[in-house]
Amino acid sequence: MTPARTLRTALAALALAWAAAAMAAGTTYYRFDNARQQARYDRLTEELRCLVCQGESIADSHADLAKDLRDQVHEMVAAGKTDRQVIDFMVDRYGNFILYRPPVEPATWLLWGGPFLLLCLAAAVALARARRSRVEPVRALDEEERRRLGDALSRHHGRQGRS
Amino acid sequence: MKRFAVPVIVFAGLLALLAVGLKLDPRRVPSPLIGKPAPAFEASSLHDPSRQLSLADLHGKVALVNVWASWCASCRQEHPYVRELARRGVPVYGIDYKDARADAVDWLNTLGNAYVATVFDPRGRIGLDWGVYGVPETFVLDANGVVRHKHIGAIDDRSLEDEILPLVRRLRAEATK
Repeated sequence: MTPARTLRTALAALALAWAAAAMAAGTTYYRFDNARQQARYDRLTEELRCLVCQGESIADSHADLAKDLRDQVHEMVAAGKTDRQVIDFMVDRYGNFILYRPPVEPATWLLWGGPFLLLCLAAAVALARARRSRVEPVRALDEEERRRLGDALSRHHGRQGRS
Repeated sequence: MKRFAVPVIVFAGLLALLAVGLKLDPRRVPSPLIGKPAPAFEASSLHDPSRQLSLADLHGKVALVNVWASWCASCRQEHPYVRELARRGVPVYGIDYKDARADAVDWLNTLGNAYVATVFDPRGRIGLDWGVYGVPETFVLDANGVVRHKHIGAIDDRSLEDEILPLVRRLRAEATK
């Protein structure tokens, strides 16, 4: 076998293994009329949270409910419904909880604003502390201090000279 | 001492927040259906495929809609409470969710059928419209067919006595006003 053929065979085997793994994972492939619908389906299922295994999107989840919701999204996208219509359909039934990016409204102000609030708070605290620990301005020595400093220095130098 | 006061207060606040967060059950997702008319449906009866059931069948009275399935273990555990509700005069309707007809009929024959009627939802389409994401779930409807409460998970002694029956009494009082 030529090296090129060996490589091709290896790649084909890899692709096959990949497909088998994907099928073993229970993934259903949905058919769409065009790539744009496919892209919209992919994006929508990534944006929707599975209510059963709450850390996963319905695109990733293996829960039965996630599959039903994927079917639903597929059906609506294939039927020419807009993203807005799909999202509204889901929110009407499952609430904002199904959205990974919930809308900004009174109930979610703290959720959206919380991190910025904490950042402002931390900045305020840091600023206050920095101000408090600021170094005292340097003041010139007065007569008495100058004399004592001079004495001390000359004593020090004297000692050094003797050794 | 005084320089520790602020960090200690902040820490205590954080602790309180996390303690409350721990107590909340993330599995209980609030239903957007509360306060809205129950979603319409039209499907065959579990026991009689030729008979069509719809939302109109339970209109005009305070009623419970219990979503269950024969494959669901906590539904089996819950069923005595459904029977207790029926015994106390609360009409309970069933939605048999993603089930096989024969299995579901068997299940009811074994455990006792306490439902006024059960609608058969083999593909979970009605369940989807009602925002069901796990069985059992129970909806409390007022006399106008508005969803007033959703109980997620199996009904037990406490939810029966403290949650569902008082609400049914209140909704009945409301309806006679």
